[in-house]
Amino acid sequence: MTDEAKSFTAEGGHGAVPTGSDVPTGSGTATPRNSWPLWEVFVRGKRGLNHVHVGSLHAADGEMALGNARDVYTRRNEGVSIWVVPAAAITASSPDEKDSFFAPSGDKVYRHPTFYEIPDNVPHM
Amino acid sequence: MGHNDHQDDFADAYGSIAADNDEHRWAFGSGFDDPLAGVDTSVQSGVDGTDLATYCLMLGDDALVLSHRLQEWVSWAPELEDEVAIANIGLDLLGQARLLLARAAKADGSDRGEDAYAYLRDPSEFRNVTLVELDNGDFAQSLARLLIFSTYRLALLDRLRTSRDPVLAAIAAKGVKEVTYHRDYAARWMLRLGDGTGESHSRADSGLTAVWPYVDELFAPHEVEVRLAAAGIGVDPSSLRAEFDSVVAEVLSAATLTEPARADAPSARGRNGEHIQALTTLLTEMQGLARSLPDATW
Repeated sequence: MTDEAKSFTAEGGHGAVPTGSDVPTGSGTATPRNSWPLWEVFVRGKRGLNHVHVGSLHAADGEMALGNARDVYTRRNEGVSIWVVPAAAITASSPDEKDSFFAPSGDKVYRHPTFYEIPDNVPHM
Repeated sequence: MGHNDHQDDFADAYGSIAADNDEHRWAFGSGFDDPLAGVDTSVQSGVDGTDLATYCLMLGDDALVLSHRLQEWVSWAPELEDEVAIANIGLDLLGQARLLLARAAKADGSDRGEDAYAYLRDPSEFRNVTLVELDNGDFAQSLARLLIFSTYRLALLDRLRTSRDPVLAAIAAKGVKEVTYHRDYAARWMLRLGDGTGESHSRADSGLTAVWPYVDELFAPHEVEVRLAAAGIGVDPSSLRAEFDSVVAEVLSAATLTEPARADAPSARGRNGEHIQALTTLLTEMQGLARSLPDATW
């Protein structure tokens, strides 16, 4: 793949479109080509619940990511709200840090809220 | 509810989300609506059943045929996400077609199933406009067609919500929400393509020019449409032109595209059952299984 084929432009201000000779534009072309940046999608299933990570998708910008998330992740009536976040903007913990990050809390049972009754009228706990 | 029940709720996140109703088929989504819940589906007295049935076929066939064209993009769309988006739009339209064809069966008194209309009619019995039967062309052409169709249909359904026929009004109320998204999706893509690169602009321009000759037909009223509009049941499509022109002009202007010159009106009048070869080819594929195995179920 050439550098030209990997580039994106947004000359007009309405979001990038992929450029280059290998961009498929209709039936019958199936050449490999570059893809858009990755976005992580969070959906809130119901009022009062948290946004939950449901997956990721490709999109040229935030507006397209939101539209794509609606189409890919809320087709079965799953959502009332969507967040999209550029995957590159997420700083994640590393598996190498597993021991120092998480093991120390493993034996501190007194931190768990298991020693009292949850009231019946508190939902989603 | 005791403590243990709460623990069950906690463990069964899906169940708690679906708790409002009996819908447990879905892992996550719930609360599905029946668009015709509580609607009186009998044909009201004083309504010409033949005209109403024909009108339902017009609107239903528009949705059915374009749904098939959109489905043809599945496995070919430029991005996976857009493939799902296009399939969703096709399914929305298929849902509208099913309700409208079922309404036609009720109105003409035949009570045939919706499949009988979809699979067992010849091209000359279809009442859709020519625009929806055109071959897809490239992605830009398909999106130009979708922009034109959804702008027209949204204007139509918006007015149909106050139809005296309660079923048409209910179908329109459901459809407005769907087609609002279709129009938005198509408009966003026309902006990207028209105001994108030289290549995408030229593709958008060509696609628009290819489908533009079929715009006038959308707004040329058929006698059935005129009669039902007068009866407060249907919509006279000529009354939709001003809204259509204004919406499309706004999108094209933002997309740095220009409205193609008015072309000669094509001779085919889909509302009369006159169609181009593309519809015959489409129906051959769509109806093939149902016609070769008449009693097949799926």
